[in-house]
Amino acid sequence: MATLQTQISPSSDTFRANAERMRGLVAEISEKAAIVERGGSDEARERHVSRGKLLPRERLAQLLDAGSPFLEVGQFAAWSMYGEDIASAGIITGVGRVEGTEVMVVVNDATVKGGTYYPLTVKKHLRAQEIALQNNLPCVYLVDSGGANLPNQDEVFPDREHFGRIFYNQANMSAAGIPQIACVMGSCTAGGAYVPAMSDETIMVRNQATIFLGGPPLVKAATGEDVSAEELGGADVHTRLSGVADHYAMDDEHALAICRRIIKNLNRNKAVSLNLQKPIQPLYDPSELYGVVPTDLRQPYDVREVIARLVDGSEFDEFKQNYGTTLITGFAHLHGMPVGIIGNNGVLFSESALKGAHFIELCCQRGIPLIFLQNITGFMVGRKYEAGGIAKDGAKLVMAVATAKVPKLTVIIGGSFGAGNYGMCGRAYSPRFLWMWPNARISVMGGEQAATVLAMVKREGIERKGGEWSAEEEAKFRKPILMKYEHEGHPLYSSARLWDDGIIDPARTREVLALSLSAALNAGIEETKFGVFRM
Amino acid sequence: MFGKILIANRGEIACRVIRTARKLGVRTVAVYSDADAKALHVEMADEAVHIGPSPVGESYLRGDRIIAAALATGAEAIHPGYGFLSENPDFVDQVTAAGLVFIGPSAASIRAMGLKDAAKRLMEKAGVPVVPGYHGEAQEIVLLASKAREIGYPVLIKARAGGGGKGMRRVDHPDDFSEALSGARREAKAAFGDDRVLVEKYVDKPRHIECQVFGDNFGNAVHLFERDCSAQRRHQKVIEEAPAPGMTPALRKAMTEAAVKAARAIHYSGAGTIEFIIDASEGLKADRFWFMEMNTRLQVEHPVTEMVTGVDLVEWQLRIAAGEKLPKTQGEIALAGHAFEARLYAEDAAKGFLPATGTLHHLKFPDAAPEGAAMRIETGVRAGDAISPFYDPMIAKLVVHGKDRASALNALREMLARTEVAGSTVNTAFLAALAADADFAAGDVDTGLIGRHQEALTAIPAPSDETIAAAALAATDAGAPGPAADPWSTLSGYAHFHTLARRIRLRHGEENILARVSARPDGRFQVALEAPHDAVNTHDLRTMPRAVRWPGHVTVFEGAVSYTFTVPDPLAKADEAGAASGSLRAPMPGLVKLVRAATGDVVIKGQPLLILEAMKMEHTIAAPHDGVIAEIAAEGAQVSDGTVLVRFVEDGQG
Repeated sequence: MATLQTQISPSSDTFRANAERMRGLVAEISEKAAIVERGGSDEARERHVSRGKLLPRERLAQLLDAGSPFLEVGQFAAWSMYGEDIASAGIITGVGRVEGTEVMVVVNDATVKGGTYYPLTVKKHLRAQEIALQNNLPCVYLVDSGGANLPNQDEVFPDREHFGRIFYNQANMSAAGIPQIACVMGSCTAGGAYVPAMSDETIMVRNQATIFLGGPPLVKAATGEDVSAEELGGADVHTRLSGVADHYAMDDEHALAICRRIIKNLNRNKAVSLNLQKPIQPLYDPSELYGVVPTDLRQPYDVREVIARLVDGSEFDEFKQNYGTTLITGFAHLHGMPVGIIGNNGVLFSESALKGAHFIELCCQRGIPLIFLQNITGFMVGRKYEAGGIAKDGAKLVMAVATAKVPKLTVIIGGSFGAGNYGMCGRAYSPRFLWMWPNARISVMGGEQAATVLAMVKREGIERKGGEWSAEEEAKFRKPILMKYEHEGHPLYSSARLWDDGIIDPARTREVLALSLSAALNAGIEETKFGVFRM
Repeated sequence: MFGKILIANRGEIACRVIRTARKLGVRTVAVYSDADAKALHVEMADEAVHIGPSPVGESYLRGDRIIAAALATGAEAIHPGYGFLSENPDFVDQVTAAGLVFIGPSAASIRAMGLKDAAKRLMEKAGVPVVPGYHGEAQEIVLLASKAREIGYPVLIKARAGGGGKGMRRVDHPDDFSEALSGARREAKAAFGDDRVLVEKYVDKPRHIECQVFGDNFGNAVHLFERDCSAQRRHQKVIEEAPAPGMTPALRKAMTEAAVKAARAIHYSGAGTIEFIIDASEGLKADRFWFMEMNTRLQVEHPVTEMVTGVDLVEWQLRIAAGEKLPKTQGEIALAGHAFEARLYAEDAAKGFLPATGTLHHLKFPDAAPEGAAMRIETGVRAGDAISPFYDPMIAKLVVHGKDRASALNALREMLARTEVAGSTVNTAFLAALAADADFAAGDVDTGLIGRHQEALTAIPAPSDETIAAAALAATDAGAPGPAADPWSTLSGYAHFHTLARRIRLRHGEENILARVSARPDGRFQVALEAPHDAVNTHDLRTMPRAVRWPGHVTVFEGAVSYTFTVPDPLAKADEAGAASGSLRAPMPGLVKLVRAATGDVVIKGQPLLILEAMKMEHTIAAPHDGVIAEIAAEGAQVSDGTVLVRFVEDGQG
């Protein structure tokens, strides 16, 4: 294979400046991660622990194989939303390993607003289930939630992608042979009661877990019956009398041990159909990525420098190296797994789009997973290009991306603007996982372009009415637009809304991609059937 | 030479004998009890015969069955090993009567040496020095006390039929004599069925040095120098060595001559050992040694003699029993270098050397001797074997030979540090402490050394934070190689920013420990220990003390010291879960046919409490857990599905 040669010197001033900036960005995200990882307030956590319960992350660690990786999804969900701190949207989700099997874990955090479901909690729970479904991962729900967040009921309850979808998904995943396991470690009321009830196997912790459609106050109001929560829907009732749950656990530790035993007995086998190689480290240290990425988003850089720091042995076999050079395509191995990589080296021309579509066809034909490294301002504009059919060539790329059935993984390593986002497998194109670097920006167009377009329209309007618009006034007009785009294009803004699966440390992209891809391989690779390519 | 022999023993000595027999082309028959059905000696022998249940009285001491086994398998001779029937003259007679050869001395020789006082008289007559004492038949307390006074205090009271320290008492003052005497008699009676005692001079700073002798049936007798077995704990040998440290040519000459004289006096044939007691209060002097007793068998510690003389003593036993002459003359037997033997036992040194049992889930001996030394590991067990309460809990003998005492001792220390046993408490640390003891290292040993230093020799320092961390890591299986090269196996502990910390509970002795283990991106692990340890350290598995997992436990090895931690199994709480329900209900409608417990009864898990007749079947309702019965259904009662049959007294209510 061809080995990539770096053109970058780690001792150069540019490299140092770049690296310093990226270190700062990563540190900032890392600090914020530490905040959300704490969960609820100190008081809420103390109350939780004083009841003999383990904290959500302790439960998670106890469930997973010791030392197992945890590929967290949606860590920054609800960041800076709802006007209060709803850490990780009150739910921890991600892929981890239990008894050697990769599973999707969904952990309610009762220290955050009693684990109630905010709109983003629902969205995150559904995203976790979507990942489980796409990648054939058993689901483990560690339930400890007060159910729907009542003040937000209109955005939580009624719609297609709302609360009810959770159980719809459980039913259909179970039907598809994807195990659904619930471990009830706290309350689980009303609609929430269907999480354990819809599960294949359910554990309950005595004196902690309760499952009922209506809690004691509701029962009292409805029928006048006086009953304690434990008598109404405790572990004893449900494991001995009702059969709503299957396993009676003494405490969290016991429950999680039972959960691990259940996973051990699932009889699952990860059959990987790829031709695997022995993994080798890249020639260049992945941490050099800090110095590779320019401080200014508008400053282009060679995506091969990124690829060289991600793939095994920095070996990359390029396809159509001399054609459509603003899109880089080629084959490599990631932790021994064969991958096809598509990366941006500038704006997309017709040739680049055609090359990309061709390459995707190759990968689908051969069953090779695809990795998209997004750093794209968009497709080329202008009379020549429109006349050259850039729209139909772009459409070919979008068609290929949309219908490709091989696992697709996307990392936004720079800009993600406009239709470029579509052609490079943005969120709407259902990559199995979509990750973002801290320096990345995402919006319909760059802030500069947006401000320019809007200012132009404004100026036309003013001038049509015979008015005048000074340069000063224009600058004043542009400023909030620039700020809005900067704010809304920020990875935290994106992550808070689950436009991505998380912000990652660029130096660990190789690990994230390897874990994502390996998790994706739990599902067999389907055959692709492309639609009509406009010629 | 014999074509086939039977080994009437088990454990390491049976294996030892089989090895030499195989070398000589002699086929072997092992015998075994129920407990030993899968033992190493059974596996090693060409044939094996089951001789009875596990207790020795029903198996290894059953001479009749052993002889029958020999006859049935066509063995021509029986090797008794040590212990069991090895010094039983009646057995020798039976063997001979059955037309078989006993590989050992004649019944007459054994009888001559069997009773200590008679043996001493015999030796005195033969001109071998004996300890001043009374060995007479009369056993009146007044007489014994006056004899003690004659001999001079301190004196030693010993069982006449004894051995191994049973029925033995040191008396420093006439006032204590009668009490010590009755104690000695009680023990003697219990151990040997014979409460007769003898009284001897108590020797100051005594050393136990014994001389290996060999005789044949042609009147030849030789010695193979001495062994020093002074490192004893309550008359149990701990580390033996050859030659004796500080041995002088004069004493060696006098002692070996006396030993050969003793052997000749009883026309001894085969391997024997003459034990001497030496007053070492002024060094080793040729006129300060006395005959103690003769062991008419192969000794446990015979390998040290083999190491320094190059003679295979078992081979000699077989040859002589087969009618050959002694393979070497005295002049051809030379002494080279120095050898030690350490006895690795399943016992808890810190708890007064309480014998231990258990399954040897992990058993690892050094692969090779340290540079410049030679070693032998004599063992009868493998990893996975159990140390049962039926037999001597010896696991192995670590035998080492070096060019001199210092290098041999160094090699022994290193071997002990490289010996790993998990699953049973063992005395490795005690042996290593003794091997490192300054007096022992200087060769300044006497039989009281271990007793005087016992506290220091058995003290185990509290586990260090690093030891606990190693245990915690092992308990999580962290660093255990996962399947293949899957990133989910190899990218240990990955998290986007901060790795998850796994809580691990451990128990060491009475202490409960909570550790939090997290993997670091660099492949190392962080272990945080809660108070009182209060430590957060980063550890590299490659440089940590070795730790092994076995069911419910982790054992960490720090040189010869090992620390065993209990790892509670959360799933074991299922039993508690059963216990939590304070009552037992009828699984179906039926008739209470028979009630076998009453209110207030203390019952144990699994104990039948009542019989329920339902659907024409009798169902036994057993206690789901230990407990006290608060209420139980009446006999003859008709019960419906779910009726409480038994209610238990709940915690705190009893």
